[in-house]
Amino acid sequence: MIFGFPILSTLIWLPIIGGLIVLFVGRDRDQLAKWIALIVSVLTFLASLPLWLEFDKTTAAMQFVERTSWISQFNIQYYLGVDGLSMPLVLLTTFTQILVVASAWEVIKERVEQYMGAFMIMQGLMIGVFVALDGILFYVFWEALLIPMFIVIGKWGGPNRVYATIKFFLYTFFGSVFMLVGFLYMYFQSGSFSILDFQAMHLGMTAQILIFLAFLIAFAVKVPMFPVHTWLPDAHVQAPTAGSVVLAAIMLKMGGYGFVRFSLPITPDASMALDWLVIALSLIAIFYIGLVAMVQSDMKKLVAYSSISHMGFVTLGMFLVFDILQNTQSTQGSMIGMEGAMIQMISHGFISGAMFLMIGVLYDRMHTREISAYGGVVNTMPWFGFFAVLFAMANAGLPGTSGFVGEFMVILSSFKANPWYGIVAASTLIIGAAYTLWMVKRVFFGPVSNDNVAQLKDLNAREFAIMATLAVAVILLGIYPAPVIDVMHTSVENLLIQATTSKL
Amino acid sequence: MALKFILTLILLSPLFGGLMAGLFGRRIGRRGAHTITIFGVAVSTILSFYVFYLFVWQGHSPYNDSLYTWLVSDGIRFEIGYMIDSLSATMMLVVTFVSLMVHVYTIGYMDHDEDYDHHNPYYQRFFSYISLFTFSMLSLVMANNFLQLFFGWEAVGLVSYLLIGFYMKRESAIQANLKAFLVNRVGDFGFILGIAVVVMYFNTLDYTEFFNGLAAHKDTTMSLFPGTEWSMITVMTILLFIGAMGKSAQMPLHVWLPESMEGPTPISALIHAATMVTAGIFMVARLSPAYELSEVALSFVLIVGATTAFMMGLLGMVQNDIKRVVAYSTLSQLGYMTAALGVSAYAAGMFHVLTHAFFKALLFLAAGSVIIAMHHIQDIRQMGGLRKYMPITYVSLLIGNLALIGFPGFSGFFSKDSILMAVGDSHLFGAGYAQVLLYIGVFVTAFYSFRMFFIVFHGEESEYVKTHQIKESPWVVTLPLIMLAIPSVLIGFPLIGGVLSGSYFADAIHVLPQHDVLGEIYAHHYNGPFDMIVHALTTLPVILALSGVVLAWFLYLRAPGLTDKLKATCFRGAYVLRHAYGFDRFNEIVFVGGARKLGEFFWKGIDVKTIDTGIVTNTFTSIAGMAASLRTAQTGYMYHYAFVMIFGLLGMLVWVLW
Repeated sequence: MIFGFPILSTLIWLPIIGGLIVLFVGRDRDQLAKWIALIVSVLTFLASLPLWLEFDKTTAAMQFVERTSWISQFNIQYYLGVDGLSMPLVLLTTFTQILVVASAWEVIKERVEQYMGAFMIMQGLMIGVFVALDGILFYVFWEALLIPMFIVIGKWGGPNRVYATIKFFLYTFFGSVFMLVGFLYMYFQSGSFSILDFQAMHLGMTAQILIFLAFLIAFAVKVPMFPVHTWLPDAHVQAPTAGSVVLAAIMLKMGGYGFVRFSLPITPDASMALDWLVIALSLIAIFYIGLVAMVQSDMKKLVAYSSISHMGFVTLGMFLVFDILQNTQSTQGSMIGMEGAMIQMISHGFISGAMFLMIGVLYDRMHTREISAYGGVVNTMPWFGFFAVLFAMANAGLPGTSGFVGEFMVILSSFKANPWYGIVAASTLIIGAAYTLWMVKRVFFGPVSNDNVAQLKDLNAREFAIMATLAVAVILLGIYPAPVIDVMHTSVENLLIQATTSKL
Repeated sequence: MALKFILTLILLSPLFGGLMAGLFGRRIGRRGAHTITIFGVAVSTILSFYVFYLFVWQGHSPYNDSLYTWLVSDGIRFEIGYMIDSLSATMMLVVTFVSLMVHVYTIGYMDHDEDYDHHNPYYQRFFSYISLFTFSMLSLVMANNFLQLFFGWEAVGLVSYLLIGFYMKRESAIQANLKAFLVNRVGDFGFILGIAVVVMYFNTLDYTEFFNGLAAHKDTTMSLFPGTEWSMITVMTILLFIGAMGKSAQMPLHVWLPESMEGPTPISALIHAATMVTAGIFMVARLSPAYELSEVALSFVLIVGATTAFMMGLLGMVQNDIKRVVAYSTLSQLGYMTAALGVSAYAAGMFHVLTHAFFKALLFLAAGSVIIAMHHIQDIRQMGGLRKYMPITYVSLLIGNLALIGFPGFSGFFSKDSILMAVGDSHLFGAGYAQVLLYIGVFVTAFYSFRMFFIVFHGEESEYVKTHQIKESPWVVTLPLIMLAIPSVLIGFPLIGGVLSGSYFADAIHVLPQHDVLGEIYAHHYNGPFDMIVHALTTLPVILALSGVVLAWFLYLRAPGLTDKLKATCFRGAYVLRHAYGFDRFNEIVFVGGARKLGEFFWKGIDVKTIDTGIVTNTFTSIAGMAASLRTAQTGYMYHYAFVMIFGLLGMLVWVLW
């Protein structure tokens, strides 16, 4: 906190209150609603910058802490703070939000104020998830998020949106109930809902295993991991563009964040005992889901599956430490995997966001996502083709783009844990390139395939600005990831100590 | 400091030119695009000459410094930096010089293009790509660590992808570039695992630290399958070599190179002959201290190289597309270079990279000149008798061919003969096999090169040549031909001594005394380049090469009817060759088809049927039934309820807070 100014609260409540204002004053005044949304999201982004600028990289302790009692009977607190694990994700959220608002500018025509309001409230809640340090507060944000997303898909979604929303709701709700039970158990043991107290408390092996599994179900659904991933492609396909962007860029990260904030530090011994499970599911995600992505005929489904496959690197990188420790009696090499996982989350935020925005650009013009409806788009949309190839290459993990950084680090580390992990993980080099570039070939290259494609207009200024912003982010992170890694470094170090210190 | 600045300038000026031409192509126009890119590459070329002079002629000690730190994790520094010694200085010179020639040539070649209308800035785009390629290739050869090596490695792959698919309206072109990228990725799969082994055992990505750590790991073993222990160095070097097999198109990862000819001819010369495809050779030479420690890996390299050299050469005999003839000869020559690496004759392999860069670029550009004259017809059967219409091209192609077949005195003679001698002198497992294949390869090379040459320039004029006006290409095309012809003839004389004695690459390439075949040849057989020429006249390679030329002359000029009879008698063999041993068909069915089938099964069989229908739907149908009844009661208002829910929640939160 600088000068006692509650930055984190501002980041949560500014967009939520802004969203409420938009809801109340924006009815039938679309322009006003849009401008308020844009201004608030820019302000939120600016307000989040001090987190980066004033961040103390030398400590793993929580920073910008705010703490007051909330429901004192149960010792539930309004307790906020960030460390190197969460701060980059907060910035990713505030950054993405501006693009989300901009992407809807001319596209959404009905109930603009509700659409904008939903996304603004969602932003506040997502930031809340990343900065909450009280279990119940975290849970409230986590669950409350489902509602605006449910509305966004259900109201502005595609023809099959009811099926998708209910599937989405069911899966995630099913997952998080277990998490709540875990929190309650630990509360009754420790008398506190503070996440830091959870991390410090003593837990027996049986309790750890049960809690670990409860967390695993909650986070695996969010990430999502095989076999609880099938809600994601449906949700993406039905969601409007911005919904997909938020879903892929931010909400999936909450699952990954859950592992580093809860599973590893709270249940280290169970994590060690069950790391094979997470690793196996991650490798399945990388290989199996990659192949599934290849045979999709709907662009959004393809990118959704590709998302799952890339998130496999996140969960893989996080759980390598135990194998490395066991094989070499030292954790040397596991930090590469952990930091790779963290940076993969940021990078995936940019790239998956960009991919879904691109599909949105096409969908707005042609109203179809079928790959076969396209062909030769680059002939009529050269600038768009340029960005498409750039983001496709980033999705395929080309060095020089952000997509490479995390994959490379996780592959290096996983090979050290077990060469076969490395071999399966490295298969993404081939599979990832295959599904991404094959789609690019069918959609963008070749002769103009039909009259609709012939009529396409290239990016307008707004779309160009969105694409260019993401392109800069993807390339900057690709050629100079050091600043982001540096910010995480101390916290990751601390996390590895927590994860490898037995609680028994 | 000054040197670092010069190196950075060499690296970045093509990048600058490429970005300007690519991003502002429309604004600066055609003239602006080629001026700025040629200027950028020219700056690089001139400074590369200086660096070459400094490190090769003056013997400046190797320069190793980092430019910036990409990231630090777990104490391992991931850096971007330069390692300049005779090896990288040579590659820098080759890359920038050939690139500059190709830039100039492109002005003439890309002038008119029937695939594009005049408003499309394809011309600027092309210049942008070849400049970006130059930047990528330079960053690869100048690297002082594996990270940057991999960066350059993939970046040249990207540009190659963009250029093979340059005519992006052609189905064959966009099929070829996808294939090229994916096959290269198969190589990179091995490559990245090789890097993972390096990081696992050496905890560094830096070349120097890696080399320093090698001695301690000489006997380290690792286990991939339970119960087996393999030498770690062998596993690592073979994995890295798989990367080289992709980029340098060694069997069975060669399948992308013939199809890469879908790209415009200038890039076939620059990327798919002179520079990028030699990256694999360069990488192995760069890592020679590691390869020296594993005879298993060296044997593997040798056998792959020799097999490629022989089998790809055979395919050159049945090609009728002028570019494909040269493409298969590139594959075959890459096999020679690889074989040289296998017998620890790294210097000879690199020497062949150098001479090959000049004469193969020359051959491609000359072929391109023919293609321009023939209005983009590439089938040699439609040519014939072009000699009198295009004398400069004729002489250039002849020089290129003579260098290629190793005619005594030409640059290719020195490099190829040192490879053949080295393989002959080696005692490595597989050396005998390799020697036989490489010798037959010499005959085959001479045959298909001059087959193409005689058909195109001599013989009877075809209908097309008779009915169309064929003329020599403009100076922007012929000037690069002449500039490349000079080193193709001369470059062997001054360098051969240093290559054999080991003094040329002394600071970069390390050979164990027991593997040093070149040094032995130098000590026992070498008495200067002219003696080498005289001596060679009586040896088998030259005799084989000359018989190849004579046979080509006989079959295609003297007794043209004979070839058809030959084909009829050996139709099985011809069938196999025409289908290139069936690699494409096999990959199509097994890998492409297999992956798709597996994907379909995973998706429909497991995702949809088992998980969704089997597990989820049972739960889902009940919920959906509930939701449906809710919806009929209050259609359209559900989202209002949801809003109310969330406001309530938030309201409670706020209320309790304050």
